Amino acid sequence: MTTATPMPTRRTPLWRNVRVLRFVLQVVFLVGVAGLLLYLVDNVVGNLERLGIPTGFDYLDQPAGFAIPDSDFSSAQSLGDALIVGVQNTLKVSLIGIVLATIIGVLVGVARLSSNWLVRKSAALYVETFRNIPVLVIILFWYLGVVLRLPPIGEAVEIPDLLVISNRGIAIPWFDKVGEGFAFGLVALVGLAAAVLVWIWRTRRFDRTGAPHRRMLWAGGVLLAILAVGFFAAGSPWALEFPERGERSTTGGFRLSPEYAALLIGLALYTASHIAEIVRGSILAVPGGQSEAANAVGLSGWQRLRHVVLPQAFRISVPPIANQYLNLMKNSSLGIAISYYELTKITRVSIAQQAPAVQAILLLMGIYLLISLSIALVTNLVNRRLTVKGRR
Amino acid sequence: MATQIDVLEPLPLPEGPPERRLPPREWVRENLFGSVFDTVLTVLFGLFLAWAAYRVGKFVFVDANWEIVERNLTTLMVGSFPRDQLWRLWAALFVLAASLGFGAGAIGAQRRREVAEGRAQPAPKGVAARRLAPVVLLVGVLLWFSGSLRNVVLVLAVAAVGALFNLVGRRAPRRLERSVPLLVLAGVLLAFLLVVAFGGVKWSDWGGFLLTIFLAVGGILMSFPVGVLLALGRRSSLPAVRLVCTGYIEFIRGVPLVALIFMGVFMIGFFLPQGVERPDNIVRVLVAFVMFTSAYVAEIVRGGLQSVPAGQIEAAQALGLSPYRTTRQIVLPQALRSVIPALVGQFISLYKDTSLVFVVGLAELLTIAENITKQPDFLGQGLIVETLVFASFVYWTGSYWMSRESQRLERRLGLGER
Repeated sequence: MTTATPMPTRRTPLWRNVRVLRFVLQVVFLVGVAGLLLYLVDNVVGNLERLGIPTGFDYLDQPAGFAIPDSDFSSAQSLGDALIVGVQNTLKVSLIGIVLATIIGVLVGVARLSSNWLVRKSAALYVETFRNIPVLVIILFWYLGVVLRLPPIGEAVEIPDLLVISNRGIAIPWFDKVGEGFAFGLVALVGLAAAVLVWIWRTRRFDRTGAPHRRMLWAGGVLLAILAVGFFAAGSPWALEFPERGERSTTGGFRLSPEYAALLIGLALYTASHIAEIVRGSILAVPGGQSEAANAVGLSGWQRLRHVVLPQAFRISVPPIANQYLNLMKNSSLGIAISYYELTKITRVSIAQQAPAVQAILLLMGIYLLISLSIALVTNLVNRRLTVKGRR
Repeated sequence: MATQIDVLEPLPLPEGPPERRLPPREWVRENLFGSVFDTVLTVLFGLFLAWAAYRVGKFVFVDANWEIVERNLTTLMVGSFPRDQLWRLWAALFVLAASLGFGAGAIGAQRRREVAEGRAQPAPKGVAARRLAPVVLLVGVLLWFSGSLRNVVLVLAVAAVGALFNLVGRRAPRRLERSVPLLVLAGVLLAFLLVVAFGGVKWSDWGGFLLTIFLAVGGILMSFPVGVLLALGRRSSLPAVRLVCTGYIEFIRGVPLVALIFMGVFMIGFFLPQGVERPDNIVRVLVAFVMFTSAYVAEIVRGGLQSVPAGQIEAAQALGLSPYRTTRQIVLPQALRSVIPALVGQFISLYKDTSLVFVVGLAELLTIAENITKQPDFLGQGLIVETLVFASFVYWTGSYWMSRESQRLERRLGLGER
């Protein structure tokens, strides 16, 4: 329409001119939206002033007045610091949850296509059970029904030097810092850089000569070697500590608190059932001709799966699986139901401790939005890297 | 590795898996003991499944103390709904059964006509009894817990009314075809009015499973128009409209529902001018659900809009239809038809998400399931597993049934086939 031959403007009345109309429509729309927002903001400010509630974000500097279990946070620290602990806890459960959910999800998804009838049906049973129960019910069940019902610390189930399972949580061996970690951190960075360089070198060599690149093996080996040498050179800054049963809790190692364990397991099991369906769908979506072609060129079953089917299935499944990762992160807000001190729980407690609700919730939503956008950014980069050039 | 080879075989077609035709002996050999690895898997999984089935069975039939559910069944179903007004719910059920039965019958007849005229593919096979199995199971368990003959008779009567109106629907005159959805909607509204109007019970007294259904159905019905508008806005040619709608959708999708529920409960009061009556918590939560779900509905509808071929719009423009009529009569009918299964999926999601009102203590099914364990009679007996299992069962049957129906619908509409 815009490229039509220029017409004498006086012949087009303003109310029939598409450009004018579009402009007017958008202005009206924007004025309407802005007016609504202004009205709401005006109401909020008016109500806050009337009730004598501060309007800014200064409250973040106030002392929190509550302690956070399983952290060094003390009640004298500020509400702002509490939120930072909350972000850390949210990320802690989300990232580990994402890893667990992916592993379980891929295994179950492949199992759903197994040739073994029993395996196939078991996987289907798992998926249909967990997909159709609200994630909050699953989390509550694990917390109230399983983790808190574990034997008390006095009668803890123990595998010496490995595991202590009680209703105070699950303790596993973990590295404790015993020396200066800075030098080793530097070595780790150098090792990582070296691994990347080796990776690029192997890839280039493969492109040039076609010889097997084995870049995973090479890069991983280089990284491990440098880390091992650096570890001892820096004077062994970490040592593996084994959990031991104490009077009221466990010492040494790493203790998953009951809340953390229940939230993690619940989120992972629920999300895995969705990921399994995506994996299954993606494998089925690879055209049958691809497998037939792989057979025709004489690839073995494993080669067919590894080099032909899975890479293509993986490509299809990245966007929906990324979506599930986002969901898992957002569902970690259900930690509030079992008092796991992540972002939402800390915001809720802050509000109970006289933090202004409006600002606290706006900040909460802002932080979640930021985390969501970061995850989306990473997965979009991965997706772009995987998309075959020239196809969509 | 033998199993992984077979992973790649195409799934057997739904109408007749080839294994079925094998004699039992060979079927077992092929599907359970194909190789050493297969045999090991079969034994391991078999042992684990047997153990799990034993534990679950022992819990459900021997160990569990279901008295807590039996005695609180009405509370679990309707919360603090006044007991002398329960007849309203039964009346509403009758109206719902009639309208839904009528709708199902009419749509079934319409489908058969379309198939007969070659305008549609025949529906995938599925016996009605089997399709309704999860619902029948749920109702059966509820009746068993209620242990009242009167309720059994009432439920049977509701089912009979549903079946009767199904027959009426099948014989409905063809000119009613277009108004069937409206008639069904009118029935749902009438059922709703029967409960709240004429000296009825305000929804702030609703609770339990009734509140679950109310929040889910109310949420999706209100989200739908908002979502369609947002989707159209996101595809608008006006940059300002597009920007605002995209911003809203992406904002909501980046925020957890719990945060929105908190916003509804703690902030809505501040948004209203002084002097306006503050809404009760159910309304606040409903606002949060609608804000949340409409963004997801918008994305689903946008997918549908994108699937309408550009030629359709060009043809409409060539015929001289106005942009409004192009959207209303050409684009939307095609777009919405193709996204029905996804919308059902969103409804299932919302149905499960209603459990999140637990975090603000609204008396929904899950909240009640947790609260009744604190009654003096049951305190300290650790009956939370029983009540959670019961709640899971109620959620599960509803969600499983709807997801099955949505898959059926998807196959029937020929979607998801490449």
